[in-house]
Amino acid sequence: MCLGIPMRLSSIENNLMATAETMGVKRTISIQMVPGARVGDHVLVHAGFAIERIDPAEAAERIELLKTLLEEPV
Amino acid sequence: MHKQTDFQSRDEVLAQTLMERVNRLGRRLAEEKGRKLKIMEVCGTHTVAYARSGITDLVSGYLDLRSGPGCPICVTHQQDLDRVFSLAGLEDTLIVTFGDLLRVPGSFTTLEKEKAGGGRVQICYSPLEAVETAARNPLAKVIFIAIGFETTAPAAAATILQAEARQLTNFWAYPVIKLVPPAISALLQKGNPTGLDGFLLPGHVSTVLGSNAFSFISKSGIPAVVAGFESLDLLMGLYTLLKFIAEKKAAVGNAYTHVVREEGNETARKLIGRCFEVEAETLWRGLGVIPESGYTLKPRYAEYNARQQFITDVAAAETDPLCICGEVITGRATPHECPLFSRRCTPSSPVGPCMVSPEGACGAYYHYM
Amino acid sequence: MKIEKSTQEIIISSHGDGGLLTHQLLQEIFFPAFRNEWLEQAGDAAILELNDLRLAMTTDSFVVSPLFFKGGDIGKLAVCGTVNDLVVSGARPLWLSAAFILPEGMEQAELKKVVLSMEETARSLELPIVTGDTKVVDSGNRENLFINTTGIGLVYPEAQFHPRNIQPSDVVIASGSIGDHGAAILAERLGFTSENSPVSDCAPLAALAEKLKPYFNEIKVMRDPTRGGLATTLIELAAAGGVDLLLEEKMICVKPEVSAIAGILGVDPYFLASEGRAVLIARAAACSDILKTLKTVPGAEASSIIGVAWQGTGNAYLRTRLGGTRRLKMLSGTPLPRIC
Repeated sequence: MCLGIPMRLSSIENNLMATAETMGVKRTISIQMVPGARVGDHVLVHAGFAIERIDPAEAAERIELLKTLLEEPV
Repeated sequence: MHKQTDFQSRDEVLAQTLMERVNRLGRRLAEEKGRKLKIMEVCGTHTVAYARSGITDLVSGYLDLRSGPGCPICVTHQQDLDRVFSLAGLEDTLIVTFGDLLRVPGSFTTLEKEKAGGGRVQICYSPLEAVETAARNPLAKVIFIAIGFETTAPAAAATILQAEARQLTNFWAYPVIKLVPPAISALLQKGNPTGLDGFLLPGHVSTVLGSNAFSFISKSGIPAVVAGFESLDLLMGLYTLLKFIAEKKAAVGNAYTHVVREEGNETARKLIGRCFEVEAETLWRGLGVIPESGYTLKPRYAEYNARQQFITDVAAAETDPLCICGEVITGRATPHECPLFSRRCTPSSPVGPCMVSPEGACGAYYHYM
Repeated sequence: MKIEKSTQEIIISSHGDGGLLTHQLLQEIFFPAFRNEWLEQAGDAAILELNDLRLAMTTDSFVVSPLFFKGGDIGKLAVCGTVNDLVVSGARPLWLSAAFILPEGMEQAELKKVVLSMEETARSLELPIVTGDTKVVDSGNRENLFINTTGIGLVYPEAQFHPRNIQPSDVVIASGSIGDHGAAILAERLGFTSENSPVSDCAPLAALAEKLKPYFNEIKVMRDPTRGGLATTLIELAAAGGVDLLLEEKMICVKPEVSAIAGILGVDPYFLASEGRAVLIARAAACSDILKTLKTVPGAEASSIIGVAWQGTGNAYLRTRLGGTRRLKMLSGTPLPRIC
């Protein structure tokens, strides 16, 4: 029901707006829902708003968990 | 760039392996039950994502994926669509909305036709563009059609707050925002008449609400899992759900943990709370009136509420008696069971809204299956 | 291909997207009125036989907002678009016309820029613009510059392109990445441009066709997947050829920045226009030679085999990276940014 795309914050204008990019595509987005966001953070963008920060440690751990899971015998 | 490619290929290998696991488990479960498993993709974007990635095709032998009430266009009642479209015909109005709404058929017209007939309609990516448009066109009455679910609600709220901060007097919002948990509750009210084996829960609504917002589903005995939208996310969501089904575990799982937190995004919800309040009841297509299932603007923002400030005289809504959109979005029927599907009802001349939105169940079936 | 009865009484923007509604207009209004043997060829250009000569004639009108975009402008597009329609019909472009509908209030300097861009593109092809027309309209928008170009070319004798020549086991080749132009325009319109954002692939295909000449008798049909994108073009070919086309997603080149725009806006890259790509269907035995040749053409280095023809009933299917198969449908409605 709601498209959301991971983008990386490449510069922060103020506590409301920042520039986000993915694969060379850039746009000014609102960061007011992710207070404390910093340059380099990955966020999930919906309709021009970052609606959440993507947790890199969790993302990596999730993949590790999956790998372990896939190594288990069926 | 190379790194990206490596990641993609790593994910692709993982996805392939996971796909095999999903197949094996899914087939086994279907065999045990002696029928296909029935799973509801609550979210329309999931309907599209599963279909587009080819998963819907690959699992079709053992899994019946049903659409749910998770396409905002599809669940909007005809009467609301008619009112929204009538605004385009008023003098000096300029409608700003998402592309999703442009071709949706009301009883009498579409926004695309209104535009062709001289109405001013602008498609935006971010709702904030509506504020810019209002600032640049002081003589126009700019109405932002705030359609969506909890995911889009905070963006709509932020937009209204910005219009207020900029003291714009030519900006209004028309809220058509619905809430997902009450809709699932409504589906489950009569037990489990459609015989669902599991729910795939919307990843981005959950981002705002938190996975805990869906824990009430457990009481129904039906397992549910929050899933994301990339191929790997889709498969992890499905695999987790199949495992829950195998273990008869009536729990709400989260297979999108790097984005969705149990408690969701509180800042986003606070933003919603500043502008919106839950209506006593909201009318849904296919589901009827559901108590406390939609947002309206708080009295404090009544002057921005286009629903109150622009009253148009709209004839009673007309829906085609053969259209079964209502059945489709509640998982009671698949698009193929509709007599109009792909015959009189196609994306270029849609009869019901499920066909016009590419993420509507009928649109997704038409485009991807 | 099945076209449903129209219920729309007025022209809406989707009638111009090259998809279902455009086809509906053709079937319901234009074909019945103008019907003749040349029009019924329904190719990118009409093939006109005159004594021993085979001429190709095509016309196209160009409407694009913004007028200037990364990788091109409406002038370059107006030359390339018509040239490419001739080229994919197996013709060498000989003459071009240019007609302008100018909006009141347009800056002359801007018009001059557009015209010089046309001149530069046409000169690079040694293609004279031999006649033209100018009209001015009050359209209320200074961006509303419309250009029509008509091209006449000479069809190479060995070029006998037609979808009915497609046979099961023929292969589908694309001369590079897909959707660059459409993505570049969407990026411009919606504020996503940056140094690395999508660049229009707008370019003439004349050099490419020249290189392919030795293989013309192996090529069944050639198209440029402009409006409606790759999906719409291949569905048209499958329908006209009475075969099914099965595409491999992993073989179709979509640039990361194009797929990023498509993902953000929720549009399918297979529906985004290319303006400098050819899609050709050729005999399987010749495909490796054709591919080798294509890769030597500047701009076509990323050519790849993207699919194969099967016995069927005129549908196009895509096998996804995960191995599932889905049917491709013709575009219905210009791709627009969506929240869902």
